[in-house]
Amino acid sequence: MNTSVEFLAWVRGPAFDVALIIFLLGVLIRLFEVLMLGRKPDYSEARGDTLIPGLKTVLTRTLPESGSLKRSPFTVIGGYIWHIGFLICLLLFIPHIEMLNATLGVSWPGLPNHIVDAISAVTIVTLIIMLVDRLIHPVKRFLSDTEDYLVWVATFLPMLTGYLAFHRMIDPYPLVLGLHILSVEFLMIVFPFTKLMHAITFLIARWFNGAIAGRRGVQS
Amino acid sequence: MSGATLDRGLNTFREQMDAPTASFFSSCVNCGMCAEACLFYTETVDPKYTPINKLEPMRRVWEQEYTLWGRLKAALGLTKPVTDELLEEWETLIYDACTLCGRCSMVCPVGNDISYMIRKARESFVAAGYAPEGMKAASRRAVTIGSPMGVKYPALAAQIKHIEADTGLTIPVDVEGADYMALLSSMEIMNFPEYIEALARIFNQAGVTWTIASEAFEATNSGIQIGSSDIARELVSRVVNAAEKLKVKNVISPECGHAYFAVRWEGPNLIGRPYQFKVVHILELLEELRASGRIKTEGMDDTRLTFHDPCQIVRKGGVLEPPRNLLKQVASNFVDMADAREMNWCCGGGGGVSANERADELRIKVFARKKSQLDELNVDTLVTACANCRLILEEGLEEYHVELPVVGLTEMLAEHLVEDK
Repeated sequence: MNTSVEFLAWVRGPAFDVALIIFLLGVLIRLFEVLMLGRKPDYSEARGDTLIPGLKTVLTRTLPESGSLKRSPFTVIGGYIWHIGFLICLLLFIPHIEMLNATLGVSWPGLPNHIVDAISAVTIVTLIIMLVDRLIHPVKRFLSDTEDYLVWVATFLPMLTGYLAFHRMIDPYPLVLGLHILSVEFLMIVFPFTKLMHAITFLIARWFNGAIAGRRGVQS
Repeated sequence: MSGATLDRGLNTFREQMDAPTASFFSSCVNCGMCAEACLFYTETVDPKYTPINKLEPMRRVWEQEYTLWGRLKAALGLTKPVTDELLEEWETLIYDACTLCGRCSMVCPVGNDISYMIRKARESFVAAGYAPEGMKAASRRAVTIGSPMGVKYPALAAQIKHIEADTGLTIPVDVEGADYMALLSSMEIMNFPEYIEALARIFNQAGVTWTIASEAFEATNSGIQIGSSDIARELVSRVVNAAEKLKVKNVISPECGHAYFAVRWEGPNLIGRPYQFKVVHILELLEELRASGRIKTEGMDDTRLTFHDPCQIVRKGGVLEPPRNLLKQVASNFVDMADAREMNWCCGGGGGVSANERADELRIKVFARKKSQLDELNVDTLVTACANCRLILEEGLEEYHVELPVVGLTEMLAEHLVEDK
């Protein structure tokens, strides 16, 4: 029979289930690994609160400190573009919403396809530029190891295959759609074991930062 | 510091590991933005000075022992171990090229408190035997003699006698039940005794009952700087014992930045219990006296002046408004630097760097950051509130051939005091 259809059925079925289980279990394990370490009690007399400054920092760190914007404009602006672009493609592309609705029964309004298409093109180009920047910027190049490039690949492939699938640029269609889903499964599987986890732990990190400073009366 | 071995260092990394540290390492995506917040990077443009890179040994321990994937990779031999060679190489990054100023912790987009981790990592470097000689020597002097600069009580007693003769005031020593026990830094005793005189005059006018403890007058804590909790605990215990013996209600941290951090924020955790007294920074007390009208000043300094925020007092200590309110009381032409308050740039000598002669050349190089901040303002006077910053600023300005007087805020206030005749 048609092997590409079988392939699509496999990635949609058993492969997706496996990826989902690894993703969910992995994230739980990672969160457990972080939180079970706990903290020593602090006996110093607090000057300020911890909860509210922590939550404030969770929000305020979304905006760059003004000096950082001036000194690292490329990292800041490029980072914004592709993170937002990625999230729009993931969450506001109508076929994605329909798929979620079919499996989880939740739904929200999406953006017209041609707009998501344009955003995905910008996101793909920005990701490529960010990779080039990582390869040539002295600090980023110095800091980067295999994992940094692996997570770039894991992030880039779903964007690329999604774009190829939407434009039917690979035949047959079930094959390219299958590749797209497979790349997402790859992202889900590597997520808990790599720094992709920052997409969740940044909330914890920012909170601790704000709470530590807040206790001393400083909003960080 | 005897019996320091790699094993002890690794064990200390494990003892230091906590949820914040794990969340920080989990979140770092090597974006490199912390580099631009660190004067050791901006003034050298050497990527190795990127703040998060200074934590590579600790990150490896975290990855290999505290993450599932890291443990798997380690079992398969796919990770790089933490070795003596690694710690030896990183010693200069973690001690010579970090002042614990905490500026990087303010800019990290995922919220990593990098200086919080550097402080922890230094514990392990000490335990493994990798700490600069200058800081080890200062710590030894602090433990055996009572001060990192080797100042003993007779030296302070001599200064007290001079000041008493000059001012006609009595400087109370070992007075039980005083409201405040004042701590000093050796630098104030040896280089800036004007500070002690300023305290005597201000407290006399404001009617503050205070004392100096002959057994515990030194506020600085080399143990905090080098990263040895054992030494830090011993030094802070002396202060706690004296304060509780004299039954004082408050202990005043001197202008010195890390002394404040040590006694205010780390001290109770080092001794494992809350204090039976409060700790206030001298600027907090002065601000309280000013606000309640207990200190009267006259005349305004109309020279153009700015304030250098000591990192440990302002950004990491939370004393943000008092210095500015106090300055406005006596200065009419005060201007803030472009990156002031919690985003101020370090003088380059904090966190024990000034006690580490090996770092002198680098410290002078990175002082260029402070110099350019000052160049933008074109001021006539530089005010600060930390004896260590003050020495570093004076030295840096001299190296860069800049004529700019550096003044301590407490003394400046005392100069404008309306004294009862």
